[in-house]
Amino acid sequence: MALDASFVGRSWPPRTYRVGAEKVREFARAVGATDPVHTDVEAARAAGHADVVAPPTFPVVFTWEATREVVDDPALGLDFTRVVHRDQAFELHRPVVAGDVLTTVVSVAEIKELAGNDVVTFRCDVTDPDGGSVLVSTATLVGRAGEDA
Amino acid sequence: MTLPAVTTGDEIAGREVTLTRADLVRYAGASGDLNPIHWSERTATAVGLPGVIAHGMLTMALAAQFVADWAGDPAAVRSFSTRFTRPVVVPDDDEGATVTLGATVKAVDDDGSVTLGVTAVGPDGKAVLGKALAVVRGR
Repeated sequence: MALDASFVGRSWPPRTYRVGAEKVREFARAVGATDPVHTDVEAARAAGHADVVAPPTFPVVFTWEATREVVDDPALGLDFTRVVHRDQAFELHRPVVAGDVLTTVVSVAEIKELAGNDVVTFRCDVTDPDGGSVLVSTATLVGRAGEDA
Repeated sequence: MTLPAVTTGDEIAGREVTLTRADLVRYAGASGDLNPIHWSERTATAVGLPGVIAHGMLTMALAAQFVADWAGDPAAVRSFSTRFTRPVVVPDDDEGATVTLGATVKAVDDDGSVTLGVTAVGPDGKAVLGKALAVVRGR
């Protein structure tokens, strides 16, 4: 099934996420991040951060949710039950810390067809309240063709 | 914070990480990715997988953590990109599945930042991450 190519370049309304210290601690524990800057505010401050520091892949907590909303847009034509996450990239312009209020804008960077499968690259631009870029997350998803394709 | 002194081509000492079903459940809750293929054998096999598999993002997180620990500063990781090449099947037992992480220095820039090519190999000896690249800020 070919996707609607007019989606390339389109973006969706911004979503805001407030980074909580307990979420950072929970995520750090789940990925084996044992450096005290992830869990101990004093250790984080001693290292020059405002609050506990999120591990590098923590942004997936809010970028995936934002992307999922777009994936589920029936107009795009992607069947989430057949989607495979093929590539992921994070470009971190500064560390994410507890207390950050981050705005994510999801856009479609590319749509391709590869051996009958739909390949869609989503880009999440994450900014702080001043509009400064905090990070860019890029995810390429493959919608596997159905049996009848 | 100063990165360990390295030159292009150097290999970074590797690490083994073992994942059990409990680790997958903990990551599912922490990340919000509740896709049942990461905890339900029934769902995983119904969609053609050999069994419950680890979140690709969990494998990526472990690889990023390996890089952060090498750098000695989690905030030094400036970028990380990868392809998910094969799933890590995690059995329902106490031993779990072991992922072997390693890295090679691909470049050292004038500003001291280091590009690492990161490898992650599953229990069957096959790569589970492909083209994994991390850039770590120097000082």
